[in-house]
Amino acid sequence: MNTRDDAVLEARDVTIRYGEQAAVKNVNLSIYEKKITAIIGPSGCGKSTLLRSLNRMNDFIEHVTQDGEILYRNTNLYGEGVDPVEVRLHMGMVFQRPNPFPKSIFRNVAWGPTINGLPGDINLRVERALKQAALWNEVKDRLNDSALNLSGGQQQRLCIARALAMEPEVILMDEPCSALDPVSTSRIEDLLFELKQNYTIVIVTHNMQQASRVSDYTAFMENGSLIEYGDTDQVFTRPKQKRTEDYVTGRFG
Amino acid sequence: MNTMTLLTTSKYRWGEAILRQLFFLCALISVLTTVIVIGILAVETSSFFQQVSITDFLFGTEWRPMLEPKAYGILPLLGGTMLIVVGSSIVALPVGLACAVYLSEYASDRARNIIKPVLEVLAGIPTVVYGYFAISFVTPGLRFVFDDVQIFNAASAAIVVGIMVLPMVASLCDDALRSVPLSLREGAYSVGATSYEVTARVVVPAALSGIFAAFVLAVSRAIGETMAVTLAAGATPNLTLNPLESIQTMTAYIVQVSLGDTPSGGLAYKTLFAVASVLFTITLVMNLLANKVMRKYQEVYE
Ligand SMILES: Nc1ncnc2c1ncn2[C@@H]1O[C@H](COP(=O)(O)OP(=O)(O)O)[C@@H](O)[C@H]1O
Ligand SMILES: [Mg+2]
Repeated sequence: MNTRDDAVLEARDVTIRYGEQAAVKNVNLSIYEKKITAIIGPSGCGKSTLLRSLNRMNDFIEHVTQDGEILYRNTNLYGEGVDPVEVRLHMGMVFQRPNPFPKSIFRNVAWGPTINGLPGDINLRVERALKQAALWNEVKDRLNDSALNLSGGQQQRLCIARALAMEPEVILMDEPCSALDPVSTSRIEDLLFELKQNYTIVIVTHNMQQASRVSDYTAFMENGSLIEYGDTDQVFTRPKQKRTEDYVTGRFG
Repeated sequence: MNTMTLLTTSKYRWGEAILRQLFFLCALISVLTTVIVIGILAVETSSFFQQVSITDFLFGTEWRPMLEPKAYGILPLLGGTMLIVVGSSIVALPVGLACAVYLSEYASDRARNIIKPVLEVLAGIPTVVYGYFAISFVTPGLRFVFDDVQIFNAASAAIVVGIMVLPMVASLCDDALRSVPLSLREGAYSVGATSYEVTARVVVPAALSGIFAAFVLAVSRAIGETMAVTLAAGATPNLTLNPLESIQTMTAYIVQVSLGDTPSGGLAYKTLFAVASVLFTITLVMNLLANKVMRKYQEVYE
């Protein structure tokens, strides 16, 4: 893939190992500004591992080693002197299972901006994030209720709001709908179109329909390698690689 | 094969039946002994209260059951126990929690695998060893640092009781912290929290009920602790806030009466049961409390 001006993140020759075992192998991938990039592939192919390398979430797993560079606007995120905490201010994350803090709805969203001393009125910031996450109307009268009382779909939108409140540049989502019912899933997909206006989104999904519906670019991985990467349309309708075709048609069929 | 033959061929298994009876008997014995102990406590205590009024007992500030003029106020013993509880808590709770935070949040798997078993060994040391340790090391140390330290004193006993319950606090708090799901930590890191913020403001609060339960159990062990306080804290029922003085705890009093030549059946002897009842009630309430809190925190994370 050629380097384009609008690349926000670029993985260059990234190999990630758990101990001896390589989970991501020599991956080169560019993530473009204000686009949605989907990462698809069979389970265990390294999607989450690659995604988590983009905000240095793998730092917390023992025995993980990584080669290659991940450039964020030409700065290597793994370069010397880069503070991983700082990295995560630019890359928000939404996880596979909703993981709200056992705190109030308000505090869930306000916590990140507060500990990082982000400027501006915190109430406005929380309201804005909850509105962007399409959750405001449902919770505006009970902001002090525990987040754990929300439904699964609401919790996941709360986690999206939690990420949005930090106003990151990139939002990384790891199968954000896999634990949700179809109605909640389609709400979150609608939400992605809205968010695209302001954010660069990388979404891991095992759901082909979802990838083809929401994303601009699609990366197909298998066994830790990036097999194909391109326009979502092209990857789904005219895949260049036989393996992509097999996977995509197999999963659609 | 049809159902009828199945039914007619099924045999009565003697071995199993005997085993079942045996297990039932064991269960019965343990329940029965508990009931008997509580029954004796209740009977003897109520006979004590026929001679001493409950208010004198609960609110009296003098404990002198053997010497004239006799007095049966439990407050000095209760106060002695409380001194030990407070002192040992000051040692064990913060250090135990800090140790648990290190174990669960910072230690590598290798360090954990070494430290956890060490904690378990420490928890298994007989308490008389701690008592000896108090007399031969802690008390001389205290006397070196402070001027007015009596040979037997509450501080020395409290410190070793603290050291004694520390492994349990660390281990239980570690369990509580580790029951906080990893995903919660990741959520916190993902919004730019430092590991200190994650620990102090997400993990510890999320584990609070488990930590609290650990504290309650520690306190209840400190209340019931006998050997170390008998050896190190003295045998002077003494209502004081000064930990450098000699005191007597409820447990130490029970030891004293049990070992002495107090004639059984007399009023002095019955004090034993009255004090034991108080001790029993306090530890029972503490354990129920810990249980309740513990159950609540298990509910939070399935
Ligand atoms: N914490 C870990 N320790 C060891 N191996 C892991 C760990 N996480 C993932 N793996 C392995 O790395 C490979 C890729 O995993 P992952 O990135 O989670 O795949 P995906 O998200 O595509 O299902 C798998 O073989 C998995 O077993
Ligand atoms: Mg995954």
